[in-house]
Amino acid sequence: MALNDTDLLSQAGSVENILKFDDIEPVLESNDLSVAYSGQTAVSGVSLQVPKNSVVSLIGPSGCGKSTLLRCFNRMNDLIPSASVTGKVNFAGQDIYAQDVDPTEIRFRIGMVFQRPNPFPKSIYENVAFGPRINGMTDDLDEVVETSLRRAAVWDEVKDRLNDSGLSVSGGQQQRICIARALAVNPEIVLMDEPASALDPISTQAIEQLIQELSSEVTIIIVTHNMQQATRISDYAAVMMAGEERIGRMIEYGTNEQVFGNPKDERTEAYVTGRIG
Amino acid sequence: MNEQSSIIPTARQEFDRELGRLEAELILMSGLVEKAIFDALQALKTRDIDRSQRVIDEDDHIDETELEIERYCVELIRRQSPMAGDLRRIVASLQIAGELERIGDYAEGIAKISITMGSQPPLKELIDIPRMGDMAVSMLKRSLEAFISRDADGVRVISVELEKEDDEVDDLYAKVQADLMELVKSNPDNAERATYLMWVAHNVERVADRAMNIVERALYQATGELVSGTTQIETTPD
Repeated sequence: MALNDTDLLSQAGSVENILKFDDIEPVLESNDLSVAYSGQTAVSGVSLQVPKNSVVSLIGPSGCGKSTLLRCFNRMNDLIPSASVTGKVNFAGQDIYAQDVDPTEIRFRIGMVFQRPNPFPKSIYENVAFGPRINGMTDDLDEVVETSLRRAAVWDEVKDRLNDSGLSVSGGQQQRICIARALAVNPEIVLMDEPASALDPISTQAIEQLIQELSSEVTIIIVTHNMQQATRISDYAAVMMAGEERIGRMIEYGTNEQVFGNPKDERTEAYVTGRIG
Repeated sequence: MNEQSSIIPTARQEFDRELGRLEAELILMSGLVEKAIFDALQALKTRDIDRSQRVIDEDDHIDETELEIERYCVELIRRQSPMAGDLRRIVASLQIAGELERIGDYAEGIAKISITMGSQPPLKELIDIPRMGDMAVSMLKRSLEAFISRDADGVRVISVELEKEDDEVDDLYAKVQADLMELVKSNPDNAERATYLMWVAHNVERVADRAMNIVERALYQATGELVSGTTQIETTPD
């Protein structure tokens, strides 16, 4: 098979290669979701069901639209003027792209953690208290800050320096503070865009362990280039692929065991074994 | 596809070359094992004690080859972090090397029995046991061919065929046992020499079972299906 064949790479996965859940109500579901930048399609026709309290990895070669897709799930693409989204993203019984939906509220309920830690230039305490505060919480925020930092597995490391700048700690700690900041508003889903790619192995391990612990109460959708990481932490994996025309499509979605152990689509096999990348 | 394209195929090609080397080692080991079974049965039939001793001595080479394959598989897993078909290929190779090593032990067991028999001729003319041996070695060859083909449909066809052949080997084994029991019943003094041939037949029957295990690993490699083996690991009488 010519894996570099443009037509082949451009094809969406066949229906039987895309996992569908008949017995559970997904917490998030996209239907025929497409994204274009300045009229140029970047992601096309993604229909993905995400079960509650699961970890779903989005994997695929560079430029296949993983991050673009991820940003659709909490309307972050709204912040890019040239971006337009078609199709549906249903979350908690509503289409998040419906006209009466407030994108800010969506972003509280579906939080996001980025590739590089991006704490605000404020104290650690204020970083975590930021979300609840602008959400109108006026009570004593100490408990929220402590709980969130504990949930992000960084409390013991920063509890004695809560007034220090969020930028004064290590990269791995900064990233966990950013996760605490996202958790402080009790999101139902956390989107993570390569959250450990800029971190050393020890910090990466801490983030991976954290993801696994959080998944008992929060749904996590994570973009990662690290195949071993995806294998370790995710319950399900969605594989994206783009041909030379640079339109990303989902070619396979299945359990961790399927995608990394015995993929149905030969392009997935080629990608996870490093034959294309 | 991107700026990494010029690098990734090279690393991938290197991995493919290493997987090819792994396969070559397995084929080599399989050849050693087939020869060991053939030599052990020939030596038994011709009462060639020196040849039996060589089978025993050469089993060390088979054991060492298994260890080399095992080390190489561990090295590949550590260094390449294989996924999907690559992982299945390495895991299957690891398991097949173990199966081949055990077949080598069966050959060694037959050779030891032959030496134990000393100058005594076999209790009965060796007809069915060599037939069992030919069938078992043929099954071994075909199971390795199935593994190397990595073709799911082909492996399934071979698997079904080998199951039938394994049944035939089992039938022959039952016949050998029945014949030997008759000889013991007719003259209890035959018991010792009958027991020697029982052990030989048992070892040959186990070779066929191991060939079935190998074809199951070939199926796993080609399809990801894990078939539960019906055979039990048994020790060879020393």
